[in-house]
Amino acid sequence: MVKVKVEFLGGLDVIVGKERIHKVEVTRDDGNAVNVGDLIDYIVAKMIKEKNDVEVFIDNGSIRPGILTLINDTDWELEGEKEYELDDGDVVSFTSTLHGG
Amino acid sequence: MEQLRKEIENLREENAKLRSQLSESKVNNESLSLTEYQRYGRQMIVEESGGLRGQLELKSTRIVVVGAGGLGCPSLQYLVGAGVGHIGIVDNDTVEASNLHRQTLHDTSRVGTLKCESAKQKLNLLNPFVDIKTYPVRLTSENAFEIFDGYNYVLDCTDSPATRYLVNDVAVSLGITVISASGVGTEGQLCILNFKNQGPCYRCFYPTPPPPNSVSSCSEGGVIGPCIGLVGVMMAIETLKLIYGVYTIENFKPFLMSYSGFPQQSLRVFKMRGKQTTCKCCGSDPKITKETIESGEINYTEFCGQRNYNVCSADERITVKQYHSEYIESLEKDHILIDVRPSHHYDISHFQHSINIPLKELKNMHGSLDKLKERIPQLQENTNLVVLCRFGNDSQLATRIFKDEFKIKSVKDVKGGFFKYIDNINQDIPKY
Ligand SMILES: [Zn+2]
Repeated sequence: MVKVKVEFLGGLDVIVGKERIHKVEVTRDDGNAVNVGDLIDYIVAKMIKEKNDVEVFIDNGSIRPGILTLINDTDWELEGEKEYELDDGDVVSFTSTLHGG
Repeated sequence: MEQLRKEIENLREENAKLRSQLSESKVNNESLSLTEYQRYGRQMIVEESGGLRGQLELKSTRIVVVGAGGLGCPSLQYLVGAGVGHIGIVDNDTVEASNLHRQTLHDTSRVGTLKCESAKQKLNLLNPFVDIKTYPVRLTSENAFEIFDGYNYVLDCTDSPATRYLVNDVAVSLGITVISASGVGTEGQLCILNFKNQGPCYRCFYPTPPPPNSVSSCSEGGVIGPCIGLVGVMMAIETLKLIYGVYTIENFKPFLMSYSGFPQQSLRVFKMRGKQTTCKCCGSDPKITKETIESGEINYTEFCGQRNYNVCSADERITVKQYHSEYIESLEKDHILIDVRPSHHYDISHFQHSINIPLKELKNMHGSLDKLKERIPQLQENTNLVVLCRFGNDSQLATRIFKDEFKIKSVKDVKGGFFKYIDNINQDIPKY
């Protein structure tokens, strides 16, 4: 089990009860280390209340284009994306890209 | 009389002096006039500015700003104030009253005039030593190369994904560094793209555009003036740092700044990926080039897609005039008016006889008549529903839901929505 902080920024908080910051505990049945992919599954299964909102977050089985995923304030592309193994205290942030000017 | 003549003479002399200084300084990037020393003194004595050398760098720099709106106005103001020598402004929009809360270069007397001209007038007053060129056109694949060519930096202050990709692609092709920012609501984002042709570009960060229905603009999502203004000011700071040479190939690390104005102001700096070798624009085998952009082979509208709202047939829609004469005035048709705007929009102004069920709430009922009856107790099988939103887009989607999911037979969408009704029928209703 890991205890991590999850943030929904850039307006994405609308899919998780308009709360930007969530503290969650994620476990894996097989006892293996919990990775970011597991966290995403957890968010879809447990945190997004309205099924209609899942498509705001997930597209084609992955994080929707236009959402940046950050692990401890670093682009997840630099950290192994879904494979990154979470530690207690890690902060995973999802932020919607803004377009207005 | 004699005294007056003397005064006029003095003013003339002063004017001529200023004018000669001005024309001298505009062409001369090698030195500053005495007036310019005075004007820029307070920033030149800041060590980080590089003093005289830094000021001369500013003077010889050419910057093109795309969009003279919520981001463009504040960044232009500070860049012109700082003495960037040459500025181009690309914008074909005209000033609207609803822009003024955040686009403070413009003012009430400028409503209806071109934003780029309005900005130029104000900026000329702020600093007559800056040469400002306006481009009252929409940036397109055909004109972007010609406009950008010769500029050292591009500020992307635009408001749609398609234009952002275009700005990026053309800048990468011309080897220009882009200062890119965006904002909506209370938040903003900022990054430096294609830094010295080595840093990542917009497509490295976002290879796939967002689905069109997830994109919110300032006119739809709203925006708090100082929040986007602050991001515009931060763009000016990053631009000055680039000109002063604070960032170098050695020390530049790709980043994305994320500003939140509410609930507590915060600024986060995320460490971002570098240039992607697979990038279609700046990678090792680029498919996006001057040729493919200019020929139209790269189709930005198609790439980013458009929302499809046209989901109702002609007989499912009525005009605002029909609604007014057939439903309101004559009381001929007994009906229930459903306003599907978000409730914070509805609270600003609405029809007294309407019921507010935001589109999102309606979707989340998943066709349950019981849930709908909680909100419309008088609902019956033969009830006439009329559906309204701000501009007549969401109301079409809602009409579909009422008919297809709730199986309600008589549902009409009001074309053009609440605002069209205000424009055409009753201008005394507050429009926001
Ligand atoms: Zn790239």
